[in-house]
Amino acid sequence: MRYHSLAGALAASAAIYITMPAGAADLEVTHWWTSGGEAAAVSELAKAFDATGNKWVDGAIAGGGSTARPVMVSRITGGSPMAATQFNTGRQAEELVEAGLMRDFTELAEKEKWKDVIRPASLLEGCTVDGKVYCVPINIHSWQWLWLSNKAFEDAGVPVPTNWDEFVAAGPALEKAGKIPLAIGGQSWQTTGTFNVLIPAIAGKDIFLKVYQDHDAEVAAGPEIAKVFKAADDARKMSAKSNVQDWNQATNMVITGQAGGQIMGDWAQGEFQVAGQVAGEDYTCLPGLGVNELISTGGDSFYFPMLDDADKTAAQEVLASTMLNPATQVAFNLKKGSVPVRGDVDVTAANDCMKKGLDILAKGNVIPDTNQLNTEDTNNQLNDLFVEFFKTPSMTPEEAQKRYAAIIASAD
Amino acid sequence: MSTSRSTARRPSQLFRNLNAKIASIPMIVTALVVFLGGTVWTIVYSFTNSKLLPRLKFVGLDQYERLWSQPRWLTSIENLMVYGVLSLIFSFVIGFVLAALLDQKIRFEGVFRTIFLYPFALSFVVTGLTWQWILNPDFGVQHIVRGLGWESFAFNPLYDQDIVIYGILIAGLWQGTGLVMCLMLAGLRGIDEDIWKAARVDGIPMWKTYLFIVIPMMRPVFITTLVIIASGIVRLYDLIVAQTSGGPGGASEVPAKYVYDYMFLAQNLGQGFAASTMMLLSVAIIVVPWAYLEFGAKKRG
Repeated sequence: MRYHSLAGALAASAAIYITMPAGAADLEVTHWWTSGGEAAAVSELAKAFDATGNKWVDGAIAGGGSTARPVMVSRITGGSPMAATQFNTGRQAEELVEAGLMRDFTELAEKEKWKDVIRPASLLEGCTVDGKVYCVPINIHSWQWLWLSNKAFEDAGVPVPTNWDEFVAAGPALEKAGKIPLAIGGQSWQTTGTFNVLIPAIAGKDIFLKVYQDHDAEVAAGPEIAKVFKAADDARKMSAKSNVQDWNQATNMVITGQAGGQIMGDWAQGEFQVAGQVAGEDYTCLPGLGVNELISTGGDSFYFPMLDDADKTAAQEVLASTMLNPATQVAFNLKKGSVPVRGDVDVTAANDCMKKGLDILAKGNVIPDTNQLNTEDTNNQLNDLFVEFFKTPSMTPEEAQKRYAAIIASAD
Repeated sequence: MSTSRSTARRPSQLFRNLNAKIASIPMIVTALVVFLGGTVWTIVYSFTNSKLLPRLKFVGLDQYERLWSQPRWLTSIENLMVYGVLSLIFSFVIGFVLAALLDQKIRFEGVFRTIFLYPFALSFVVTGLTWQWILNPDFGVQHIVRGLGWESFAFNPLYDQDIVIYGILIAGLWQGTGLVMCLMLAGLRGIDEDIWKAARVDGIPMWKTYLFIVIPMMRPVFITTLVIIASGIVRLYDLIVAQTSGGPGGASEVPAKYVYDYMFLAQNLGQGFAASTMMLLSVAIIVVPWAYLEFGAKKRG
């Protein structure tokens, strides 16, 4: 330590303020960003961190969050933690923080005024436990988007819908033209996501918060949510012939015009971009399903497990501030298709759909992400319910709602 | 041993075969600490509300009540029953018939034995993925038969909730029957040639000899095979993950997958422990009668 402070003092006195060679270390960072666009975004982070004189050791875990999280958790609890790891912004790492396995970044957060630059405030709240900051939010992803294929509607001879009701009404015409009206992948989180997007669109923001924030089982069993289940029943009928598994395969059906639309988060935008499609011309995006223009503010955060090595501990701080650096934020998020967590950065390069999202964000029409409100246990139970509901035509909406209310009642 | 009997005082039982006893200490410790200790620990924590990390906050039978009220768990049990019973019946029947055919002193027996046993050398994940492709309506059997001109042919088990478990059964049988065949063949080779000769002299037809003389004589082989196959059935997990991931719509879920999903995905250890305790119970129901039959009976006899 003495050596480091000495080196630091020397560097400072010599007024060479490029990088600090002292405290340079290799940090292993684990994440589950492995698709083309995601990997490109990660390399932006790595580049920025390597420029500080440290070294980013990439620990990508393929197979998505549900495969990666158990690996990450068992490494942290098993005593061989990585230097930094991704989790979704929310409650996924809550217990690890409570068990004292994660590093406290309150000091750095105060020094760099994270509270003032990060918006919306709910992002940093997701990182805060008992008044202390334990993670760095890096991007904002929202779920509430309906992606429509202009080509599919042209082929079917109906105008491109501007909201959910028009979309449902266009369903039979699409089907007649041999299209699948709504593409939903077979993975359970996609069905749950679809339903969770329908709640604020059909029943409104208040109902959404009552169900997921207050876990009010009466509301969950009530008439407003019954309307949502009715809409989910429509969605189920419209997606009956969709037999793909992964979300990007479903997005691809929209891109190629085989399917009319897909309810998916803004990460789908990356797929349209890669396919060379232009928002407004080839595809249309409807935030909040065109009914209630609001977006959720989920996303990803990085957590830094406690380490013994002093060099690495110092480098963790460098990594944390690199991630929030305005330049890194823009470079990373443009590649990722997500919105920067800082309100004070330049995003003129964003496309139409992303700008719609930024507008809504600026107006403050936001809701928390379900990952911030529910535990993984609750989310998993919802996944079980909705994958069954969407794949079992004989299951009535009433029956599903009863089970839904029971899950909400037991949620904590 | 004869010298020890001739001496006046028998040496203490404790020190007989001392080397063997010392050599088995690591295994005994492993069994006690890892198996028994782990089992007890799991059962104890299944009565707590442990989430991501284990903690001793007891909630009584809550986890079990929740478990048995989960439609997914009930589906899992039902699937395991269907898969288990059919898998036992078919692998025994097919395995025994194949073994009996191979036992007719045919040519190239070694080649056939290798072919039949080969699937067993593959991991379940490979088997599962292979059969996922074979049963895929766009690439596999259905596609080929339709390509031959039978346009209305439909064979699509993995995408149909009602029959998905049979699609998995096919892959399970393809993998497991070879082992049953080999065990049975070993049992058949253990039957004395004279018995066959005697049966032939008495003019008993071959199928009757098998059914009423040979099979009863092969009881130990049957019981061992039963235990191996049955324990494999309870553990069924990787085949499901590779073939359907529990789909469509959770119609092919099995208990082992429930345990994994709740322990690691849902971050609810208590619920996973409760489910694995129920699995242990079902294994015990299979193993205890077997142990009784195999070891208990011998002691009396």
